[in-house]
Amino acid sequence: MLRWFARRLLLAVPVVLGVVTISFILMHLAPGDPARSALGEKADPAAVAALRHQWGLDKTLPAQYVSYLNQLLHGDLGTSLYYHTSITTLMAQRLPVTLALIVMSAVLASLISIPLASRSASRPNGATSFVIRLFNAVIQGSPTFFVGSMLILFLGVRVAIFPAGGYPSGFGARAWALVLPALTIALSIVPLLVRGLRAAMIESLGSEYVAFARSKGLPESPIRHRYVLRNAGISGVSILGIQVGALASGALVIEQVFAIPGMGSMLMTGILNRDYAVVQACTLMFGLVVVVVYLVTDLVYARLDPRARLS
Amino acid sequence: MTTSEAALPSTTLGLEPPTRGRGWAPAWMRRHNLQLWIGGVMLGLMVLAAVAAPLITRYNPTTPDALHTLLGPSGEHLFGTDNLGRDVFTRVVYGTRSDLTIAVVAVVAPFIIGLVFGIVTGYFGGWIDTIMMRIADIVTAFPFFILVISLVFILGNGAWSIFVAITCVSWVAYARLVRGEAMVLRNKEFVAACQAGGISPVRILLRHFAPNVATQALVYSMSDIVMNVGVIVTLSYFGLGIVPPTPDWGSMMADGQQFLAGGYYGLTLFPAAAVIWTSLALSFIGDGLAHALRIDR
Repeated sequence: MLRWFARRLLLAVPVVLGVVTISFILMHLAPGDPARSALGEKADPAAVAALRHQWGLDKTLPAQYVSYLNQLLHGDLGTSLYYHTSITTLMAQRLPVTLALIVMSAVLASLISIPLASRSASRPNGATSFVIRLFNAVIQGSPTFFVGSMLILFLGVRVAIFPAGGYPSGFGARAWALVLPALTIALSIVPLLVRGLRAAMIESLGSEYVAFARSKGLPESPIRHRYVLRNAGISGVSILGIQVGALASGALVIEQVFAIPGMGSMLMTGILNRDYAVVQACTLMFGLVVVVVYLVTDLVYARLDPRARLS
Repeated sequence: MTTSEAALPSTTLGLEPPTRGRGWAPAWMRRHNLQLWIGGVMLGLMVLAAVAAPLITRYNPTTPDALHTLLGPSGEHLFGTDNLGRDVFTRVVYGTRSDLTIAVVAVVAPFIIGLVFGIVTGYFGGWIDTIMMRIADIVTAFPFFILVISLVFILGNGAWSIFVAITCVSWVAYARLVRGEAMVLRNKEFVAACQAGGISPVRILLRHFAPNVATQALVYSMSDIVMNVGVIVTLSYFGLGIVPPTPDWGSMMADGQQFLAGGYYGLTLFPAAAVIWTSLALSFIGDGLAHALRIDR
């Protein structure tokens, strides 16, 4: 197991390096001069030159790359033009908020998907199944920000159970404020999760071990809970892991809609203020979060299903 | 998602089983492939409305009318008017022109790039395959929308940036899908027969691989268009996509949202309905296509 994971960790190294490289290239794709674009067309040429120097744009490309890597290794993500502070400090405040939001969405998505999938798998051609599929198709077609603003309207304003946005202080109040945004993000992956879980459950229901359990007279409910749900849960874990990118994309949109001070809204304000360094750092960090989650997913998966370690 | 995909561990970084528009319809619908017909009619109506827009509405989508602002739906104004007095129905119809066109066109380049990449790597394997899969891993390490929005920011607003950004990111899904198919095909007897017969690899790939693997990619492209519509609408919602006053569903919803609390639901709901209608139509078509082409195992 340890050797397997060490190999798996080693495979992630080139990917991490690639992610860093793409975040570096991103800044150099800009048509024209990012320093001028950041400061505006009418900026003082001396100020532009100073910023170019600060960002190292006056050096050669390879030299810039090396100093970028060097900075990152020292935990320095650059300085925000808009906030006038170190991005590392900003990130330390905002990353936990986004991670909490993502974890909460994953939990909510599972809580919603498991009953829907098992209901749908037990009678794949029933009327309930049809309604669940229709619900899935509509949710999948709805833009996340639209679902979010509808939830705000109905559960935040009309019937004010949840706060309509913002991030108060205090653990309980914060957790409560995250419920509605997390629910919105969760809904965006529910269709995929239900589809995957349903397929896994149907397969499990048709398997020999279920046929055997039935033939030896086990009642239906322990079969469902102990055999079917557990086996389908394993593939549920891997679907959730793969969908972390979708959850992060959801966080980007929803943090902005609900005014949650996480990494998503940081990236969005960075974009709206032409704060290049912030955009670069957030893109990089989101990429790294996904790589780490993939690793963790593989670890959990291998723990749950030893066959995965053989490959 | 098929069972085998669902049960697969993500041992390769970022292994993302492409979701096809499959598995929506119940058995009785599948028997006559009704979902293809329903989807086709739904999409056809939209396309027809978009093409014939000036014929079915007598309003201009961008001209304000200060005397008729925020009207409810009526015979005069089917979906009502917005805060500037523009006819919402007209704007939804003209929005189809910008949103759906960009979404469809933005599928073409990733489709072709992914097809070529996938066929070549799947057929030849070896180091080409290894390098290509690492590149794919790196691109998929970024959350889709986050990489797209950063690229659009770097490249500047407008349709062209949206094309480039989507192409840079979404070719990977096609490449992965096609590669998988090509790897299966590679081991078929007819391929061995072609090779033994001395047929050049280029001819094998063009004549035998491309048509076989393209059908899968075609089915996937339907859900890809849905994803593109989502991306374009979201970008425009945040003011980063299609530049106003060009009518577009995302910016309409952003404008309409300010009037939600006042009870003017239509300004948000009608463009949202257009988005949902489009994606329902496309997922029906994808589902029906998969069924018609007999690849919905």
